[in-house]
Amino acid sequence: MENQYAIEMLNITKRFPGIVANDNITLQLRKGEIHALLGENGAGKSTLMSVLFGLYQAEEGVIKKDGNEVSIKDPNDANALGIGMVHQHFKLVECFTVLDNIILGVEPNKMGFLQKKEARRKVLELSQRYGLHVDPDAKIEDITVGMQQRTEILKMLYRENEILIFDEPTAVLTPQEIDELMNIMRNLAAEGKSILFISHKLAEIMAVADRCTVLRKGKYIGTVETAETTMEALSAMMVGRDVNFHVDKQESNPGDVILKIENMTVASKVHKNNAVKNVSLEVRAGEIVCIAGIDGNGQTEFVHGLTGLEKLVSGKITLMGEEVTKAPIRRRSLLGMSHIPEDRHKHGLVLDYSLEDNIVLQRYFEPEFTKSGFLRRKNIRSYAEKLIEQYDIRSGQGPVTMARSMSGGNQQKAIVAREIDKDPKLLIAVQPTRGLDVGAIEYIHKQIVAERDAGKAVLLVSLELDEVMDVSDRILVMYEGEIVGELDPKQTTPEELGLYMAGAKREGE
Amino acid sequence: MILLLQYMLIFASVLLLVALGGCFSERSGVINIGLEGIMVFGALGGALTMKYLPEATTPWLLILLVVLSAMLVGMLYSLLLAVAAINFKADQTLIGTAMNLLGTAAATVMVKAINTAENPDNVSSTIQYINAKKAFIVNIGGFEFNWFMLLALILLIISYVLLNKTKFGLRLQACGEHPQAADSVGINVYKMRYAGVMISGILGGIGGLVYITAGVSEWKFENGVAGFGFLALAVMIFGQWKPLRIALAALLFGLFRSLSNVYTGFDFLSSLNIPSNVYNMLPYIISLAVLAFTSKSSRAPKAEGIPYDKGSR
Amino acid sequence: MEAKKRTSLLRKPGVQTLLASLLCILLGLLIGYIALLIINPAGAGDAILVVIKNFFKYSAPAAQLKYLGNTLVKTAPLLMCSLSVLFAYKVGLFNIGAAGQYVAGAGASLYLALALKMPWYVCLLAAMLAGALLGSISGLLKAYCNVNEVISCIMLNWITLYLVNMLLTAVKDPTSPYTFNLAATNSAAVLPTLGLDTLFTKNRYVTLAIPLAILIAIAIWVLLNKTKLGYELKATGLNKHAAKYSGMKEKSNLILTMAIAGALAGIGAAMYFLSGFEEWSCTQSSVPAMGFNGIAAAFLGGLNPIGSIFSSFFIQHITNGGSFVDKTMYSSQISDFISSVIIYLCGFVLFFRQSINRGLDRRDDRLANAGKEGKA
Repeated sequence: MENQYAIEMLNITKRFPGIVANDNITLQLRKGEIHALLGENGAGKSTLMSVLFGLYQAEEGVIKKDGNEVSIKDPNDANALGIGMVHQHFKLVECFTVLDNIILGVEPNKMGFLQKKEARRKVLELSQRYGLHVDPDAKIEDITVGMQQRTEILKMLYRENEILIFDEPTAVLTPQEIDELMNIMRNLAAEGKSILFISHKLAEIMAVADRCTVLRKGKYIGTVETAETTMEALSAMMVGRDVNFHVDKQESNPGDVILKIENMTVASKVHKNNAVKNVSLEVRAGEIVCIAGIDGNGQTEFVHGLTGLEKLVSGKITLMGEEVTKAPIRRRSLLGMSHIPEDRHKHGLVLDYSLEDNIVLQRYFEPEFTKSGFLRRKNIRSYAEKLIEQYDIRSGQGPVTMARSMSGGNQQKAIVAREIDKDPKLLIAVQPTRGLDVGAIEYIHKQIVAERDAGKAVLLVSLELDEVMDVSDRILVMYEGEIVGELDPKQTTPEELGLYMAGAKREGE
Repeated sequence: MILLLQYMLIFASVLLLVALGGCFSERSGVINIGLEGIMVFGALGGALTMKYLPEATTPWLLILLVVLSAMLVGMLYSLLLAVAAINFKADQTLIGTAMNLLGTAAATVMVKAINTAENPDNVSSTIQYINAKKAFIVNIGGFEFNWFMLLALILLIISYVLLNKTKFGLRLQACGEHPQAADSVGINVYKMRYAGVMISGILGGIGGLVYITAGVSEWKFENGVAGFGFLALAVMIFGQWKPLRIALAALLFGLFRSLSNVYTGFDFLSSLNIPSNVYNMLPYIISLAVLAFTSKSSRAPKAEGIPYDKGSR
Repeated sequence: MEAKKRTSLLRKPGVQTLLASLLCILLGLLIGYIALLIINPAGAGDAILVVIKNFFKYSAPAAQLKYLGNTLVKTAPLLMCSLSVLFAYKVGLFNIGAAGQYVAGAGASLYLALALKMPWYVCLLAAMLAGALLGSISGLLKAYCNVNEVISCIMLNWITLYLVNMLLTAVKDPTSPYTFNLAATNSAAVLPTLGLDTLFTKNRYVTLAIPLAILIAIAIWVLLNKTKLGYELKATGLNKHAAKYSGMKEKSNLILTMAIAGALAGIGAAMYFLSGFEEWSCTQSSVPAMGFNGIAAAFLGGLNPIGSIFSSFFIQHITNGGSFVDKTMYSSQISDFISSVIIYLCGFVLFFRQSINRGLDRRDDRLANAGKEGKA
């Protein structure tokens, strides 16, 4: 009987100092199927794929291709076996053309001189066949994220890979682009390619995958046919308990206007147009206002403009009755603005500072921590200890732990603790739960609601539909830099919200 | 006037060669501050070969051997940077600085040792190559044509083709822009970076040789190469890491440099009474000004100066 | 228990840095010795000992002290340059421009001393300002024009060299490349000795500069580790985005850092040239190595101001030692050779520390596993 599996990873165990990242995991990929790999962050998905792609060597277990045992020592071996991968962060050279990126590593050449004609013909043919529309002569830095992803897929097809790995491919796409990608994946599977689809988005898995393997904390939990299961069942397998997706909260009770934004316009760093166009909004004390939208619709620039990280093109910002349009960041902070930044490594933390130094990052200049130019180390220590205790921030050596060595969840907790304990009037939280596990997400949501209940104004910027629907009191949808609609989470549905986010619907139409 | 042209072309050749060297290294992702030291060693290799080759050597063979030895010594010396920056992830600015200091110090120690061994009273760091030098020069009606000018031109064309038209060039640039991407398609980033640094050693080595044979027929190694490696770095940046633009920048900077040598020959310029120091300063001031205006949109290789670690891919 | 104690000691960054520096020195001397062996095996052992001994080669304590004084005279400017480099490095900037800032300091102090006949403290202040000005140009270019500080510093090094050569041509004899003798022209500009000269067998070049340099080193340590400014500057250096986010003025911090770094190098030059130990040569065609050696001292000292005091002394010690080698066989540049090898080796310190830590990790893992199995 012919072997039905394209790739089998049998009883794979991979250890790192201190943890077992993959503990006896088995994954079997059938020919021509779309197979989802589901798990929370830290469940071991990436490690398993790195083993398959030859980036790591497993201590135990075997990998079989078409029933024969193979050894994969580096990405070249994986390529030779027809395994290709679209990484979560694209591996594209920005100043090269699409074509150059596709042929890189397998350049058609005569005596070392590039022969691009043949390659161009093949690329055009492939993009026709699979509906992957992209201009081969465009530079990567000039094309959309969706096109960049298609370039990555073409890279695999150009190499005639049979086994295609997609690592969280939808995180960066618009809903239309996601639909398109799903179609492309179905096409590819129909043409006999075998697809591994790594995700933690249940809806997408149910929509596109044939089977699904679930990992939890480095262990193999099971493999199920998606046709025979439900999202709830998958979710229970993923987190090991029933999850209450809903955040318990009382009715909001809005008070005074804390933040008022009038006609704010912010320039873009990547293109010549403005990223934020003429946005006006208000946030009152005791309410959570959520800016919803798909990544890249101006939210980042909006927050940078609001917090002072970028200058405005035009517009006016009033905080607590004081105009802060051109105020320095420190002034805004002193007026009561707290900011949980989108990128905790870039803005939120000094990774090579200790936890305690990071905890006072917004307050080190206050008399409690500085006296006539000198730091008051004792006070910093005791304040850090208080917050670590109160917010349950876990680290190897307490206050003196280097922030870099802490887990993502605890780094985020440290930032949340710092920004909330500042006792702000306005809390700006940008994707506060990005990349965190369910436990940490619940915790942070509770903190945000508690802040609201304490009478603070909260401005939440989120890409996650669930978070938008559950946490907020008022939803403002941002599309291409404009607020296209205001919705009440109790009155609306995720579907309607989705239409606004995709630009298919806007207020007044 | 002819003298000016001659100086300009020969200085431009030096700057072009060394800047192209820097370009290869940086395009592969390794910042090469140590060009100055590489030049000294290339010059030393060439000078010693000229010193020891028998006088009867035919000019063509002499040129060939001298150039080859400058290339080889420059390349070997550049390995100091390659090993430290690529395998040991050392700070590239620190290593480059060390190489510049080491270049002059080691060359001086070696030349002095050689001179002292020949004649205990000779404690100078000078090597003479009066006869050998004649082989490089063809006199065309008062214009001393130097074979190195032609060599620089040829190497410019080769560099352009290599970077833009070949598999090697595409891969080299990928390593300087996005080494993780290069690695993921099976390109050995370490090897490509070695290649980039070693080419910079070869070109820098020739550049050093051309520099010491440019105007004089003996060289005092205690003096190093008087900042030409740094000037070449400016040429490379001025040329935005592109060979053809680097060539234009080299001509421009060569002009300024030669003005400081021969401005007294021009009635107009000498009547202005500007000290030669000003002409020496000009190229640096111009590059600094250009940098100030263009750096916001600089096309420097994105991953230059960042050690590549396979673990972090 | 004993093993555990040793492990934890080895884990201390300070201990690791010290070990790494000592290893660099040993290897540097070894390579120097090998070079001497190749040149002439007969005297190599003696020569390397001469380099290491420096002034100890004199048996009379008086002579020893006098030459120790000479070493110290040059240690002070080197220490200042190394402080300049390490201060900027702590804020994430590579101040290769210490060399140029040193030249600027030399130009300013000598011009004020020789042409304007100013007293020493004015000259010292001018040197400081000149260095700070040059440093802040690099800082400004970095903050507002995104020019890499290494590149702008390199350009400025040469611009400054030619400028200072031009400036100081006004205070020299047309027949000599050197500037006028300081003590003869304006004795008020010579740094006061504070009686230190008597300690060093009437070495009149031993001045206020030496204790002042050490005090400044300590002040820099305090500034970096104990103050709010140090906290801000280091945060800016480690992550300028986070610094901006928390409301620090990251651009002015950057400029301030380069200005302070420049001031340190500038003072260094004044400490040297106002001692009268050497005159400026207006025809020099390369940037003095003092600033570059400052890079060596900074890294060899583990990028710690206190460490710098010792590393600066060491580097100057062997450099002076080099001048005593037997010139019929070797050249004094052998010590430049050794110190540049040491700088080169300093590039490997990070790797060295990582390997120690990895080794310790592996051992701890093994011990932990053994412990577990023992219990089971």
